[in-house]
Amino acid sequence: MDAVPALAVDPLLDDPGTRIIVCCGSGGVGKTTTAAALALRAAERGRRVVVLTIDPARRLAQSMGLTELDNVPRPVPGTATAAGGELFAMMLDMKRTFDEIVEAHADRARAEAILANPFYQSLSAGFAGTQEYMAMEKLGQLAARDAWDLIVVDTPPSRSALDFLDAPQRMGSFLDGRFLRLLMAPAKAGGRAGRKVMSLGVAGLGMVTGTLGKVLGAGLLRDVQTFVAAMDTMFGGFRARADATYRLLQAPGTAFLVVAAPERDALREAAYFVERLAADRMPLAGLVLNRVHGAAVPELSAERALAAAETLDAKKVAPPGMDDHRTGDADPEDGRRTPDPDIPPPDALAAGLLRVHAEGMRQLAREQRMRARFTAVHPEVPVAEVAALPGDVHDLTGLRAVGDLLAG
Amino acid sequence: MARRLHVVSGKGGTGKTTVAAALALALAEQGRRTLLIEVEGRQGIAQLFETEALPYEERRIAIGPGGGEVFALAIDAERALLDYLQMFYRLGSAGRALRRLGAVDFATTIAPGLRDVLLTGKACEAVRRRGADGRFVYDAVVMDAPPTGRVTRFLGVNSEVAGLARVGPIHHQAQAVMRVLRSPETAVHLVTLLEEMPVQETADGIAELRAAELPVGATVVNMVRPPVLAAVPDAYGDDPARLHALAATLADAGLPDAARTAAPLLAQGRAYAHRLVLEAERRAELARHGIPLHELPLLADGIDIAGLYRLARLLRDQEW
Ligand SMILES: Nc1ncnc2c1ncn2[C@@H]1O[C@H](COP(=O)(O)OP(=O)(O)OP(=O)(O)O)[C@@H](O)[C@H]1O
Ligand SMILES: Nc1ncnc2c1ncn2[C@@H]1O[C@H](COP(=O)(O)OP(=O)(O)O)[C@@H](O)[C@H]1O
Ligand SMILES: [Mg+2]
Ligand SMILES: [Mg+2]
Repeated sequence: MDAVPALAVDPLLDDPGTRIIVCCGSGGVGKTTTAAALALRAAERGRRVVVLTIDPARRLAQSMGLTELDNVPRPVPGTATAAGGELFAMMLDMKRTFDEIVEAHADRARAEAILANPFYQSLSAGFAGTQEYMAMEKLGQLAARDAWDLIVVDTPPSRSALDFLDAPQRMGSFLDGRFLRLLMAPAKAGGRAGRKVMSLGVAGLGMVTGTLGKVLGAGLLRDVQTFVAAMDTMFGGFRARADATYRLLQAPGTAFLVVAAPERDALREAAYFVERLAADRMPLAGLVLNRVHGAAVPELSAERALAAAETLDAKKVAPPGMDDHRTGDADPEDGRRTPDPDIPPPDALAAGLLRVHAEGMRQLAREQRMRARFTAVHPEVPVAEVAALPGDVHDLTGLRAVGDLLAG
Repeated sequence: MARRLHVVSGKGGTGKTTVAAALALALAEQGRRTLLIEVEGRQGIAQLFETEALPYEERRIAIGPGGGEVFALAIDAERALLDYLQMFYRLGSAGRALRRLGAVDFATTIAPGLRDVLLTGKACEAVRRRGADGRFVYDAVVMDAPPTGRVTRFLGVNSEVAGLARVGPIHHQAQAVMRVLRSPETAVHLVTLLEEMPVQETADGIAELRAAELPVGATVVNMVRPPVLAAVPDAYGDDPARLHALAATLADAGLPDAARTAAPLLAQGRAYAHRLVLEAERRAELARHGIPLHELPLLADGIDIAGLYRLARLLRDQEW
């Protein structure tokens, strides 16, 4: 266990060579919280930072000044600027990002036609992978603006951390893909697919599209065809941009942080992701193990604490007077107090405290087992642990606390 | 009349699959037959029941605590589409051509709604299916559904379809599915944890379901930790005499070094009590939605078959 290197967060944040930090992991583990905490810390240590958050919890968003989804980075009020840094934050609006791409790459009339197309509207509002694609797209745009020296990116709340890497290319291929082209001009399409269509014959394709038309609903297929026609000049662009951002992620200035809770499913996802990053030569900075539980008195075992709690319980069933003598003369040197009837004697409290401790120790043991399982397979990955705070993290104070924990 | 279609949704990772499986076991009582349906293609049911991957067919996977059978089905959207086309258009070899071209893949991804039509359609078919004796084949159907953020659209998709295809077999089919989903035979249950985001999502989900006229069933609060300490009286913070008394009590109970450990144990207890207060607030928030609230404990050793049956027995005692 002690062979596992600690993740040095402050050196990573302070290094001017660190230009992009990507926080990924499976849903609900604390990606958004970690991204925001890192961004705030980096800014308060002097860097000019923008954080791209995705679906932040409502209260966290409000306390970062993200009351409007306007897809533009805004300064975060309350950031300490003494060190000369700044923090900007934005919340991803996937539809708007998609609209902006269309507006930037098509002339006015064509852009209007696309934006009004019903198929485009359902695609931009909720196609599987749209959010991941648009997060990549936005990252590319922020990087191209060159207005910040550090970009911290949160990733969409998908089930699998791998979606963030795979969905953009899947969607890029889909948008540039052969079936959309087949729908447009079967005879022009080359390659195997084209020949297949040719061998099916025009009637075959007509039957195919006819059937799909019926199944997909009245005008959808027609909408798709119009959409494809209008987007024709942009094809290739999607795939190319997804590829460009992918390369950006492989650049030495990028650092991936995999966030996981000390639970089986989350750590399994984290392990997949670590392996995938290595396969794609993407720079992994480390694992953030979030919401780790600690114990007040680590040397007191769960068994011992429970045994003591039971001893106290046994006293409670003893005849009255046996156990409450201590409350009254709690402090013999301090003669000023008489027992307060509203405050329970320490026996019940002590037993409760011991049970809380035992529960904590069991959880700790479970979490350490999970962590050990991960580090046995990936001993090279530096780890930063963040304790579970008693409440949710929903303001800058909470983010600073998480930042302190991250930095160790 | 007892509910026959139970749709289990909730925020990701809160325990939808676990609760759906436990509910199916709970409903499979006294010889009743239950079908557990999975729609996300992840083989979560097979993992839970520790069996091999489920094929696209209904097969028995367990016997419930009261002796009834649980069948399971993992719906494959592609296969379901081909079945659907076959049913309405008798495609024959054209179905294979569609598949080769990637058209099926295309259709199910390009129109996420189509996937949902197929999945909900299959579930409703199972609910309505009758045997040769004229009785329902399944007494109850439980669906491990998409998460809260998508479930309303998922269930409501057939009303969109019925609007698009104004006539013909697809229109009728879509209408029939909506009739089942909106009927009192159906209930959508939401699984949550006593944490901020799942509780918020539950509130949003209930509002959306109600707006779409879909029947909301119960909220299942999962992974609840039974409290082991009620509260830490404030008096124990700043009063050295009381801390002293606490240390003496701990020492009496056999704890070594109690003088040193009393204060950190007290602080730990205080943090614990604070969390309980937050949890109580969230529970009260959930109770305000005016639907039944069922709680399931956190099983310390995770979920295995034995744990699943334990949860099932707890659910069995509730009204569904
Ligand atoms: N009552 C419980 N006690 C202990 N562990 C539980 C309990 N309920 C669920 N779990 C565990 O929590 C994890 C998530 O549960 P599950 O897979 O059922 O959630 P889900 O909502 O279906 O997730 P997804 O959104 O990924 O489909 C699993 O590891 C499961 O074993
Ligand atoms: N270390 C922590 N201690 C306490 N609560 C935390 C911690 N990290 C995250 N949370 C809470 O957990 C919830 C989910 O976190 P979030 O960052 O939104 O996850 P994700 O972005 O991975 O889905 C939020 O309510 C957040 O406040
Ligand atoms: Mg998030
Ligand atoms: Mg699941």
